[in-house]
Amino acid sequence: MSDGDFPQLLQQYYARLFPYTKYFRWLSYGSTDKVFQNREFSFTLKDDVYVRYQSFTDLADLKQAIQAKCPYKIDIGAVYTTKPKDHKKVKASEFYPVQKELVFDIDMTDYDEIRTCCSGAAICHKCWPFMTAALKVLDKALREDFGFQHLLWVYSGRRGIHCWVCDERARMLTQEGRGAVAEYLQLVSGSDQMACKVHVPPSYPAATRAFDILKPYFHSTVLSADGQDLLNHAEQRRALLGVFEDSSMTDDLESRWTGDTRSSEHKWADVEKAAKAAKKRSKLQAITLQHTYPRLDIHVSKGLNHLLKSPFVVHPKTGRVCVPIDPETADSFDPLAVPTIQQLLTEFDDLAEQEQDNKEGAEVGLSSL
Amino acid sequence: MDHKRRVRRRNIKRTEVWGQTHVVAKDLSKYPCALSFYLQPPQEEIGLEEFEELAVARLHALKACETAKVRYPSRGSDFTQLISKAERKHLPVTESGDNDIRYDQRRRDYLSHFILRLAYCRTEDLRRWFLTQETELFRHRLMHQDTQSVNKLLALNNMQFKAVDAGVKQALAPELLAVHSITSNAGISLERMLSTDVFEVPFEQALDLVRSRRALVRNGNVYVTKDNLIPIIVAAFRARLSASLAHTSKALPSLEEDDRLLPMLKSLSQQDISHGFKSKTATAGQVTPADIPTLAKESFPLCMRTTQDALHSTHHLRHGARMQYGLFLKGIGLSLEDALAFWRSEFTKAMSHEKFEKSYAYNIRHNYGKEGKRQNYTPYSCMKIIMGSAPSTGDAHGCPFKHYNEQNLKTKLMAYKVPTATIHEIVQLVRGSHFQLACARYFEVTHEQPSGTATVTHPNQYFEESRKIRTGGQQQQQHRGGADGATTTTTTTTATTKQEVPAELSDEALMAALDDSAMDCT
Ligand code: SF4
Ligand SMILES: [Zn+2]
Repeated sequence: MSDGDFPQLLQQYYARLFPYTKYFRWLSYGSTDKVFQNREFSFTLKDDVYVRYQSFTDLADLKQAIQAKCPYKIDIGAVYTTKPKDHKKVKASEFYPVQKELVFDIDMTDYDEIRTCCSGAAICHKCWPFMTAALKVLDKALREDFGFQHLLWVYSGRRGIHCWVCDERARMLTQEGRGAVAEYLQLVSGSDQMACKVHVPPSYPAATRAFDILKPYFHSTVLSADGQDLLNHAEQRRALLGVFEDSSMTDDLESRWTGDTRSSEHKWADVEKAAKAAKKRSKLQAITLQHTYPRLDIHVSKGLNHLLKSPFVVHPKTGRVCVPIDPETADSFDPLAVPTIQQLLTEFDDLAEQEQDNKEGAEVGLSSL
Repeated sequence: MDHKRRVRRRNIKRTEVWGQTHVVAKDLSKYPCALSFYLQPPQEEIGLEEFEELAVARLHALKACETAKVRYPSRGSDFTQLISKAERKHLPVTESGDNDIRYDQRRRDYLSHFILRLAYCRTEDLRRWFLTQETELFRHRLMHQDTQSVNKLLALNNMQFKAVDAGVKQALAPELLAVHSITSNAGISLERMLSTDVFEVPFEQALDLVRSRRALVRNGNVYVTKDNLIPIIVAAFRARLSASLAHTSKALPSLEEDDRLLPMLKSLSQQDISHGFKSKTATAGQVTPADIPTLAKESFPLCMRTTQDALHSTHHLRHGARMQYGLFLKGIGLSLEDALAFWRSEFTKAMSHEKFEKSYAYNIRHNYGKEGKRQNYTPYSCMKIIMGSAPSTGDAHGCPFKHYNEQNLKTKLMAYKVPTATIHEIVQLVRGSHFQLACARYFEVTHEQPSGTATVTHPNQYFEESRKIRTGGQQQQQHRGGADGATTTTTTTTATTKQEVPAELSDEALMAALDDSAMDCT
């Protein structure tokens, strides 16, 4: 898409396709009070002009503003004590956020050190399953451990996924509460300086459950030749074996593999054998988690006033719509098949049908609210 | 709220009345429990002299909590001993014994808490320090009071915990056992588990347990045995105190007219020292970009030295490291202009000047309070660095003792020419999670100081201590003279060992009292 066309396409998108009514209903949470009116939105306009503290009185006001300003990007922030657009009229100490969905952001760039197919903003079918795996694990943990039920999963339009936990209990969490939940869920973290980034005992219930979910993804995405084929890439292989923190064992494996062109699956069988012999079976679980467990950007989750890109906006670079993902059928979600704004608008014959699909997708995500 | 404010204010006014202490009947029902959540502000008159004495006593106790946490981060028996000793000396509370003694003890405890609350509610940093130490003191007491006191405290505060029925317990048994064996190092049989009380608490009330995964989290609750209720009660204490502090700080402006009390409260909170390190504008310009490489080698703690290395080799640092390192440099006296020059010269080796000005200069001015909220940001303390967000891929912030793995830490120390024997000691300390002690050991060996003499609570304190040794104390003197009401983490060498309580609340007297307490602890 040429940059020149984008503003026109966007205008049409906002005029004809953006699901205003559902969007408004979602953010009102069935209440007539200030939940919607005190919600902060921010718009990113043409040329990266960023305007914060937008707020709207009702559906018509929202629609009018979006269509008039035609934002390249819309972010959703917290619900404040007063209307964000009037925040200058009250004392700074009396303007503060009171509720917001608990949000999670998973970005493919955090997987670069274990990706062999693409890097940075690029994604393909070999690496996308990392996101699917992340979604599955997190969805389960949020529901089972915290009892949340209203989860909205959204494709971020380019290289990641977002989760909006909309339960009242989640929206009312304090900053500290958000931090605790996020840290609880962050089983994998650490700098380049750390060989083993998994900091949870293998028998902890959340870890064993994650391991069970992730085992198949480890094979199909990390080991398989249709995935990352990781053990046939020297640098990533070294990092993976580093988790054992046992140089004689890894040296031994490496020397056995010189000139070995067998698949990663075969080599993994060697690793499993060596680990068992060295009584380091629990490290197999650690390796699986380190390579498939969701890599969370927990700063996004912690902040009560942190903004996150809204569902249903169009990514300006890819032209793809940030559509909801149904966790039940997440395995078949294909980000490269998500309709772009052009497809939606130019293939006019298909339009009605596609819009229907799109709405249904939205329905699935939103009806649970 | 208006009403409350008035009441509190009147109380404070009353403290100005000299020598008019009423003879109050020692009615123990006023302080029914040795443990307290300190909910109601006290309603009684006290003399200025007692006001000060109580404040100083509590400062001793809180200071001991801080020192204990720095020295024994894993809260072992040494930790307990250190706090117990200070508590017994300055602020004992007991559940049994003579009625009048118990009354006096509890009254002292109660009043001193509220006095320091006033002194420490004024800034975010002070509030955080006070909250941390008060919570530590409360935890200590909670763990060492008998069950009866604890039950009384819970009953008085309407905190009832619900034990789950056998069916729920049975269903959760495998997972409860798994968590139990992780958190207690000792297995427990299924039968034992089924005959133990298991409590169900909404997860919002047990955030520490959630964060650290020390309990089973299921369905929006945590499931814990009796022992694990302690962190939950502590969290309740902390949450209430935190809210009260925020509230008191809003009410405080009405105190401003009180020209007697405010300076006193101010000086109280300024004396305590290691909770924050004020970067003194008076010293800005003392360090120039050209000095940095040498200073890094001679006097930077490991966290800053490694960051300087990273900056030097990659010509870039990500946000976390820019904040941590940038504020440290500001704290050692790099002026804003020099800071801009310093960062520019490194960053522009890998990017254009335009990009630097566009994307990074703002951040630096912001650190100096010249942009955005215009807040005067203070350098990070060790606690903040160690407990703060851990570095992830590509990050260079954090504390190497905590955030490097053993091999990388060893390599780094070797590269910095630390003797093998000391590296071994440091690794042992790190294995026990004694990161600041490991850092102190590193300080001692690189400064040829005897083992066990250094304490590290703040990277800038580390730096100043180092400069004092490297320059024979001259520079440090200058620092002191330059700043009024200087706050510093170093122990003055002129400390007197006055034991009696000072009649007049002067800086020196308090300083001496505090130095005294620092010596108590050694
Ligand atoms: S202990 Fe403090 S000064 Fe030492 S390296 Fe860690 S953060 Fe830096
Ligand atoms: Zn790819």
